[in-house]
Amino acid sequence: MINWPTFVSQLFNGLVLGALLALIASGLTIIYGTLGVLNLAHGAMFMLGGYAGWLAYSYTGSFLIAVLAGSLFVMLVGVVMELVVIRHFYQRPHEDQLLVTFGLGIVFVETVRFFFGSLSKAVPPPPALVGITPLGFMFYPTYRLALLGIVVVALIALYLVLYRTRIGMIVRAGIEDSAMVDALGIDVYKIFMLVFGIGAMAAGFAGIVNAPVVSIAPDVGESILVQTFVVVVIGGVGSFPGAVLGGLIAGEIISITSMFNPGYSYVMLFVAMTLVLVLRPYGLLGTAARE
Amino acid sequence: MASRKDTFHTSLSRRALLRQTAALTAGLGTLRFTPHAWAVDHPAIGTYPAGTSGDAVNIAASVPRTGTYAVQGEDELKGWQLAVEHINSSDPLLQKIAPKVKNGLLGKKVNLLVADSAAKPNQAVQEQQRFINENKIILMTGSTSSAVAVALNHFAQREKILYVTGISGSNDTTGKDCVRYSFRQNFYGETAANAIGPVLVKQFGKNRKAAFMTPDYTYGHTVTKSVNDYLSKNAGWQMVTNQVSPLGTQDFSQYLTNIANSGAEFLVNVNWGRDAVLSIQQAKQFGILPKMTLVVPYQIPFLAKETGPELTAGVYAATDFWWTLEDKYPLAKMFVDAFYKKYNYRPEWGANNAYMQFAIWARMVSEANSFFPPDIIKQYEKGETFPSTVGDVHFRPQDHQLIRPVVIVRGKAPKDMKNNEDYWEVVEVVPGEPLMQTPDAFGCNLGEYT
Repeated sequence: MINWPTFVSQLFNGLVLGALLALIASGLTIIYGTLGVLNLAHGAMFMLGGYAGWLAYSYTGSFLIAVLAGSLFVMLVGVVMELVVIRHFYQRPHEDQLLVTFGLGIVFVETVRFFFGSLSKAVPPPPALVGITPLGFMFYPTYRLALLGIVVVALIALYLVLYRTRIGMIVRAGIEDSAMVDALGIDVYKIFMLVFGIGAMAAGFAGIVNAPVVSIAPDVGESILVQTFVVVVIGGVGSFPGAVLGGLIAGEIISITSMFNPGYSYVMLFVAMTLVLVLRPYGLLGTAARE
Repeated sequence: MASRKDTFHTSLSRRALLRQTAALTAGLGTLRFTPHAWAVDHPAIGTYPAGTSGDAVNIAASVPRTGTYAVQGEDELKGWQLAVEHINSSDPLLQKIAPKVKNGLLGKKVNLLVADSAAKPNQAVQEQQRFINENKIILMTGSTSSAVAVALNHFAQREKILYVTGISGSNDTTGKDCVRYSFRQNFYGETAANAIGPVLVKQFGKNRKAAFMTPDYTYGHTVTKSVNDYLSKNAGWQMVTNQVSPLGTQDFSQYLTNIANSGAEFLVNVNWGRDAVLSIQQAKQFGILPKMTLVVPYQIPFLAKETGPELTAGVYAATDFWWTLEDKYPLAKMFVDAFYKKYNYRPEWGANNAYMQFAIWARMVSEANSFFPPDIIKQYEKGETFPSTVGDVHFRPQDHQLIRPVVIVRGKAPKDMKNNEDYWEVVEVVPGEPLMQTPDAFGCNLGEYT
């Protein structure tokens, strides 16, 4: 069973899955790093991105518009959510924040179920990316290859925003010490709103670009949320490079284990997380200074 | 959605219940209740007679309305709701199956309570426990996963409350996990395998290579074993790989990669619900379909609708019911018409199974003329033949499995569909009795009546 083509294919699967997890986890981790709020509605936002994109696709037939609609809609949801709800929870205990975001997640999922039902919806990939690509040593779905590229571009864009712009600098400063940023006369609340929007957008974008691979249903974000948390813990809470590294590690662990026995892929993932927590309690690239 | 909204009708407070339970253990149980005509000679058991002392009786379904089996759960729920409506209104279809039912059961209206199980055994058991405590339910149903069915089986036996399964395909449900208080209407791994096996061998010949996809719980393991046993023993088919995935898997790429490199000619997909939809769609992405021939040994309601008929065209599947059986069985026609009128789509087999389970229960209660659970169980165990939507059927007393035909269907190509729900054509209706193992082959031991 374990031969060269299988091994390489599984490495590829791990890469694609890992890149996707990295993107979703980076959204979660910058929100937590900056605002100190663990957003349990992040999986629901991944789902919302898929549905907003699917709706746009049904009306326009354009995949590009679907991606734009999915990302922007979820960004808007994130901004509104921060303004209306999350803002009032910064001073409240962590368990309140967990409960309110968890509750919002349920509301999002069940609202979608109410309007669109539980039957899954498919968004086809753009015509140019349909089919299988021969890579010499193996065949691989063309869209999955493209997905890898799309997600890498998105991660680079996120990196540039965080590390090469003034806003990004403020955000990173906020992750390290938001009280100090506030003291420097910067409107922290505006930054918080923006960070929440960007973090949500990362989930929404991932939701729609993943829709041609895994057709969407109201519960699609549930299992993704769990994996994303593991990624964040492995990489280091609040660390963007950590999220990317954690995502890739998680993707490869799941894929390579499944070559031997798929039943153990998630066991191995949690084993890895436990090891990281024991050896480096703040994650691979996390630091003790972060909350 | 808020799935507990119809759970308010409490006839007895928790304290009163505790008091009564204490009294029961002291051996004074029957003295505390107003005796009914049929209750005089019977000791209290489960929720009897408290559950039948009012004008209405409560029955409860714990059914997945979220998660991997949500789509199939909603369809089942509609079947149960229609059956309850028919029991309370003495609908002609229901009276064909249960002639003695008159505007409810033994003079009482039937009230259905519903909770979302998300196909999780723990959740389903907790919900039913609450329905027992708060609503004195006299019948439980619900399962779209055999893991839930098996858990509720044992729970039913412990609590002495009747349980009729929802969808449950595992051999264990009426095999090693069978109980006195539970009954199954639908087909299962062994009968599915013995019905579809000969069709596959006739169609595709001997000595073929098959890759299996199996969900990692009792349903998946027993169905895969039954199908593989049939094909390997009778026709020399070889299982080249068996990819076992957890319930609720979204990305099947790892499993499909293993299958793509396995040299299989057939993809026998035992996955169910959304798992089946996703694994089939992704098998197409990986080019495994149409290169390999897809086989679905245990039909999934709405599969063709979700994947699109292009992917199910030519696919053989074993199932419990398909709506075009209305051409063959008058009761099927009545059922499909009534269901379509109420819900505006043609029922899948989950809805049919749900309807039949309640209709059969109503028959047994009304024939036994008693709500005393052992009386009802003994009525089932008489094994009388009665009409159903797939012709005459009867229960096997030794394991509480209904002896009923298995339906073999083949997916239609889009161009052959006569309407937008005409996804499958019935190839064969295989009589049930020869498909079944001997009653003790899977280790069934029913247990006590009281």
